[in-house]
This record gives sequence, structure tokens and C-alpha cells, in this order.
Amino acid sequence: MAELIELMMTRLNYWIYIVLMMIGLYAMISKNNLMKKLIGMSIFQTAIMLFYVSIGVKNNATIPILEHHGHDETGGHGAEAATHGAAEVGHAVSEAAHTAKDVILAADYDNPLPHVLMLTAIVVGVATLGVAMAVVLKIHDRYGTIEENEILEKVKL
Amino acid sequence: MIWQFDLLILILLVLTAIVSLKVRDLLSAAMIFGVYSFLMCLLWAEMGAVDVAFTEAAVGAGLSTVFMIATIHRTTRRSRD
Amino acid sequence: MKYIGLLSVFVTGFLLMYAVLDFPAWGDPNSPASTHLSDHYITKTLEETGVPNLVTAVLADYRGFDTMLETSVVFVAGIAILGILRKRSSTTVPIKKSGRLRTASPEPDLIIRTTSRLLLPAIQLFALYVIAHGHHSPGGGFQGGVILAASLILVALSFSLRSAMLKAGERLMIILGNVGIYIYAGVGVLCLLSFANFLDYSALDWLYPGDAVRARYHSMLVVEIGVAFTVGSVLFLIYAALSSKGAMRRGL
Repeated sequence: MAELIELMMTRLNYWIYIVLMMIGLYAMISKNNLMKKLIGMSIFQTAIMLFYVSIGVKNNATIPILEHHGHDETGGHGAEAATHGAAEVGHAVSEAAHTAKDVILAADYDNPLPHVLMLTAIVVGVATLGVAMAVVLKIHDRYGTIEENEILEKVKL
Repeated sequence: MIWQFDLLILILLVLTAIVSLKVRDLLSAAMIFGVYSFLMCLLWAEMGAVDVAFTEAAVGAGLSTVFMIATIHRTTRRSRD
Repeated sequence: MKYIGLLSVFVTGFLLMYAVLDFPAWGDPNSPASTHLSDHYITKTLEETGVPNLVTAVLADYRGFDTMLETSVVFVAGIAILGILRKRSSTTVPIKKSGRLRTASPEPDLIIRTTSRLLLPAIQLFALYVIAHGHHSPGGGFQGGVILAASLILVALSFSLRSAMLKAGERLMIILGNVGIYIYAGVGVLCLLSFANFLDYSALDWLYPGDAVRARYHSMLVVEIGVAFTVGSVLFLIYAALSSKGAMRRGL
């Protein structure tokens, strides 16, 4: 029993994400107003993205942008090739320093894969929201209301 | 990953989600949804997902809220639910 | 209906919470999601593509197909909204063209007009910076495109929708949306013509003699510019259609 309590306390984050998802799902099912349903859909989508991104978190890791790298190496090599003669010894020493510094440990950076997938999900989510709102505008034009029970009554007549 | 900060933002997230679905004035619901998007962006920036936080700040708190307000302007503002 | 919804939500929530107990611990570097492929992405990106921002490298190079099809999803959503909302009768009335931004009645507030006039160049310049600097800092094509669309929406909100449509009309936005996807697919076809796979940027090293890393770096930049074109123009088009209910005359 004690380790079950221990297990629950370490998973508390995931449980709060599930509570958010269920709030969104409940709004999509049981609210009457169409705009509230759309807000529920958006809450559901962002809660799922939160769940997904939290899988890629690592302890004591930094953001997935490599630091102290980039164009420094190519610029440095170009400058050293220009001053070839006198800097021969200096070149060898700094190259050794470069290769020692070049080792990138995978445990130092957050997992970039969930970030990439959720970037796509956010943009597709806003496109879907736009289409849903266009449909809501058309429904309001046709029936004069955006409450679901009144629309159902008008359709039945 | 400071867990106190995390827990505080998560509690605020749940509160804003519930309040945004409970108010009857749709314009207030859209604005509180904008607050929800901003809190989500903060949470992702604190988790280390900076690209996702940037996109959510631009798209969720910027464009999504504006689309909702544009739609609410053209349909009714009060909801009966 | 409400009670059925409540019951099903509780059952689903309880099942999910029970399933979460099997997850690996929070922040474990050895969890199954953080091994195998993502290790390869983190350690090999700099020597293969030369881009420090891992997310942009994976988005535009390693998973380039997903990004291309997602851009076309945004474009198709814009066309769908135009198809739902656009009314045919309003296309016959031409909008008078004039050289400067005109304001429609009622006259917008002086403070809002002046402030948005001052802010607008800064916002657009920042959007271009975000697109171009996406390789070294958080950013990229999507974020820059969205900020560009937001700057056009600022003009539409603080002046009027007609003033914004004078500069960024409907036809121009649809054409720019097309151009973005053509740029992206064009880079892919160029790779095909260089006797390699579709969207395999390392085959473009005949442009930069013998340096496949620089070829991948620059093709990623071109591809991000294409994405920014499409996303920026289509999102402004969606706003114009939603806020004027299809008629493209009066906005918010």
C-alpha cells in the first residue's frame, strides 16, 4: 500500500493533465452552446499537447538548442587556414580543444521529437478551429441561434 | 523544473478552464480562454519546450482568441447555458 | 444527456489514471521515448546539417514531409473557409484603390491609429527576424508567418478591414498561399532532378561545391520561407472571412 501511495505521488502531474482533458471532453459532450463546445475542443487539444510534451522532459537537461556551437568552428578554421605558417602549432592545439569540446551528450538536452510533433498539432488545431467557426457562422445565418437544443427543435419541424 | 511553480500554474490552468466554460457572457469566455493559452505557454517554457511555447503564444493567445471574438461579434454574445 | 456525459467522462478519466501508473518516472533520461531515434537526432544534427536548433532541424530536414503536408493542410483549411462563407454577389462591387491607408466611418480613435502606425514596421521586422534566425534561436517559419498575419490583423482592427484589404487583397493572399507550397515542393523537385530522393537536401551540393552540410542548411532556410508565406497569408484570409461573414466589406 505504501508504494502505491508513493507511485501516485510521483504521477500527480499526469493526473492533473488527465483532469484537464476530461474537462474539455465533458464540455464537448454536454454543453448546449456551440461556442462553448469549441472552447472545450480547444482545451482538450492543448491538454493533449501538454501531456505529450511532458514526456520529453529530462532531469537536469536544458532546452534543445545546442550551445557554443554553430558557425564558430567554420569561421575559426577559415582564419587559421589564412595564417598557416606561424599558427601551425596553435592550430593543432586548438583543434584538439575543439574535438574535446565537440562531444554532445544526449542526456544534456531535452528530447526534441515531441516538440516537433506538437508544433504541427498546434497549427493544425488553429486551422480546424477556423473551419469550425465558419460552420458556426453559417448555422447562425440559417437558424438564427447557436444553442443546440433550439437548433434541434427547428430541424425537427 | 521547479515543482512548486509547476503545481501553481497547473492549478491556475484547471481553474481558468472551468471558469471559461461556466460564464454566460461569451466575450468573457473568449478572454479567459486567452488567459488559459498564456498559462499553457508559460508551462511549456518552464518545461524547456521553447519552440512550442513561442508557437502557442503567437497562435493560441493571439490568433485563436481573435478568431473567437470575431465569430462572437457576428453571432450572439449571451449564451443560455 | 448531461448525466451520460458525466458518467462516460468519469469512466474514461479513471481508466486513463489507472493506465498512467505504468509510465516511467518524471524526467527519466532512459525512458523509451527518449532513446533510440532522438539520441541520433541530438548527437548527429550538428555534423550532418550544421543547425544548432534541434527542433528546426528535425522539423525542416529530418521530418520535412510532415511539414510540407501540414502547410498544405493550413492552405486547404483557408480554401474550405472561403468555400463555406464567401458570397458570390459581393465580388461584383470593386473596391476603390487609392495610394494611402484610408479610414472608414466611424473614424477610429486617434491614439489607436497613431500607436498602430508606429508599431507596425517593428512587428513586421521582428517577424522577418524570427523567420531568418530560426536556425539559432527559437523560431522558424511558422512563428514568423503567424506574426506577419498578426500584423495585418492589427491594421484590420485599428483602421478598418477595407484598409487592410487595399494592401493585402483576397487574390494576393490566395496567390501567396500557393507560392509558399510551390517553394517547398520546388525544393523537393530540385532534389529529384539532382538524382536523389524527394526532399533529400544533401543532393543539392552541386550548388555549393562539395559541401553537403551547407546545402542542407540553406535549403532549410528556403523551405522555412515558403512555410512563412503560406501560413501568414492564409491566416489573414481566415480572419478576413470570419470577421466579415464572407462579404469582405466591413470587419469588427
